[in-house]
Amino acid sequence: MLQLLQLIVSGAAIGCIYALLALGFVLIYKATETVNFAQGDLMMVGGFLGLAAMTLMGLPFTFAFVLTVVAMAVVGMGVERLVLRPLLGQPAFTVVMMTIGIGYLARGLVTMIPYWGTETHTLPVPFKDEVIWLGGEGKGLVMSVEHLVIILATVALVSLLYVFFRYTRLGIAMQATSQNQLAAFYMGIPVRRVNMLIWGLSSAICGVAGLLLAPITFIHANMGFVGLKAFPAAVVGGFGSIPGALVGGLVIGIVESLSGFYLPEGFKDIAAYVVVLVMLVVKPNGLFGDNLTKKV
Amino acid sequence: MHFIFKTRYAQDINLFRHGGQTFWYAALALALVAAPWLLSEYTLSQFTFIGIYAIVCLGLMLLAGFTGQVSLGHAGFLAMGAYTEAYLQANGWPFMISLPMSALVAGITGIMIGLPALRVKGMYLSIATLAFGFILEEVVVQAESITGGNAGRQVGALIIGGINFDDGVNFYFLVTGIAVLCILGVLNLLRSPTGRAFVAIRDSEVSAQSMGINLAHYKTTAFAISAALAGIAGALYAHKIRIITPDQFGFLQSIELLMMVVIGGLGSIQGAIFGPAFWFVVQQFIVTGKDWLPPAIGQQTGLQPTIFGIILIAIVLFEPMGLYGRWLKFRTFLEIFPFYRKGMFKRQKSYMKSERMK
Repeated sequence: MLQLLQLIVSGAAIGCIYALLALGFVLIYKATETVNFAQGDLMMVGGFLGLAAMTLMGLPFTFAFVLTVVAMAVVGMGVERLVLRPLLGQPAFTVVMMTIGIGYLARGLVTMIPYWGTETHTLPVPFKDEVIWLGGEGKGLVMSVEHLVIILATVALVSLLYVFFRYTRLGIAMQATSQNQLAAFYMGIPVRRVNMLIWGLSSAICGVAGLLLAPITFIHANMGFVGLKAFPAAVVGGFGSIPGALVGGLVIGIVESLSGFYLPEGFKDIAAYVVVLVMLVVKPNGLFGDNLTKKV
Repeated sequence: MHFIFKTRYAQDINLFRHGGQTFWYAALALALVAAPWLLSEYTLSQFTFIGIYAIVCLGLMLLAGFTGQVSLGHAGFLAMGAYTEAYLQANGWPFMISLPMSALVAGITGIMIGLPALRVKGMYLSIATLAFGFILEEVVVQAESITGGNAGRQVGALIIGGINFDDGVNFYFLVTGIAVLCILGVLNLLRSPTGRAFVAIRDSEVSAQSMGINLAHYKTTAFAISAALAGIAGALYAHKIRIITPDQFGFLQSIELLMMVVIGGLGSIQGAIFGPAFWFVVQQFIVTGKDWLPPAIGQQTGLQPTIFGIILIAIVLFEPMGLYGRWLKFRTFLEIFPFYRKGMFKRQKSYMKSERMK
């Protein structure tokens, strides 16, 4: 029983990373109806930026964290402005192909850095390798501080985003844009600028995810492939739903953790994809999804 | 510019629209036959690779470019073909039977992947194919008795009717012959009601359905044919590369196949050949050119992905019809000289229409 709980907790921690990345997808999808296949690679870039801030510039973790998030927001806005805005009004596939290209290029550029991009790094966070015992030393639930930080940071970030979307002027403008671009434009919302800000927000979230994930995996150029598992998370939750992304991420994380323990070797890596296929066959709109019927 | 005065209905479906085309394609065929005597062994081997990839891209083009169903797991079909061929050949099946079997196995996998495609569309479909690609890769890793797992599997020499096809020239002719047959097959398919239905589905599922096209049937057919072509290419790939490992058929391979198709030009058969040809030529340029660059740039592993990433982004931004589109513009420029205008191929913009009901 305790073991099950243990697996669920560590699964939930990884699930939070998937949830954050899925949140990034959902934000962009809701606002611009495009799917960002570069999400995982943006997370990888975030991880490397954090590493650079901590090792090369010698900043403490908190400063490096803030710096990375800001830098990632700038990267996201830059990407939108430079290569995605010219594609406004093009078919969805064109934009998807562009994001695939961005991801491919990001992976290439990182491995272009001599002696650095091709190596595997650890992020020297202050809470590395520490554990907390819940319910008594030696007999209760062990929880590594890294996992705890992930869960707490996710909860904090999601509440912050909730407040942002619910109460601020910009958040409401973003909601309006995501519901109907044309109507939002008529209401005086600068839709293009809002789209740019959403890309910035989404990649800032990716940066957070990268920094949180770095202590438990490692930082390397192929870290972005973890980001692909955020697709199953987003689909399970229903692609256009923010609470759905969270639930989806947790479901995927926990299923993965449990299948890694109870099922034979190899199932852990594909558990997320099996879940998403079952979901697509049984309920393509996801748990919290909108109706996707096309109007003629 | 040729203005064809049509006097018969059959002219509408001619493979070659006028004499000029017949002449140039005949010249191309002649050049392909003469290639082994004109090119070095290494270049010929690259040509063989282009032929193999052209077959996969043809399948992907049929699916993504003509039916509008984007697959992010196409390397999985390639793997099915390659491992089927390797397994059957080791068990003594002749190539004439094992090649169609590879196509069949890959095609059946394609149908399996096509089935969820009946319920989902757009990016959901891409995600479903992506998931299938990952699952297939893992299956290949785990099924060690058949595939050799991560260690890889050796593929035996290819001998058909007593002739050794491992020799570069013979294998080149084999690949080129099969590629030409596949191209002709797809061209004929596209002229048939099935091909017309594919294009109708790409342009609008709703209107295709209203015209009485059975979406489920045609989408599955498109997946099956596309996967079968990938299976054929996989079988040839196995013989070309001689040792196959699961990581050759990973997600990156799927992405690169899609990139080739987009660079070549979505929605054109020529694009499916231009794409891989361009890919291998640029790869060759990078391999020979990197010694000229400063070591800080030239010797990095990321050089090739960086260059291809930039090329893809540039193509998507400036030339949505890919290399074929560029060629079309150039040809039109020559044909109607000096009347070419800048806006002749301008893209139509449209307001974003949400598929969500709110």
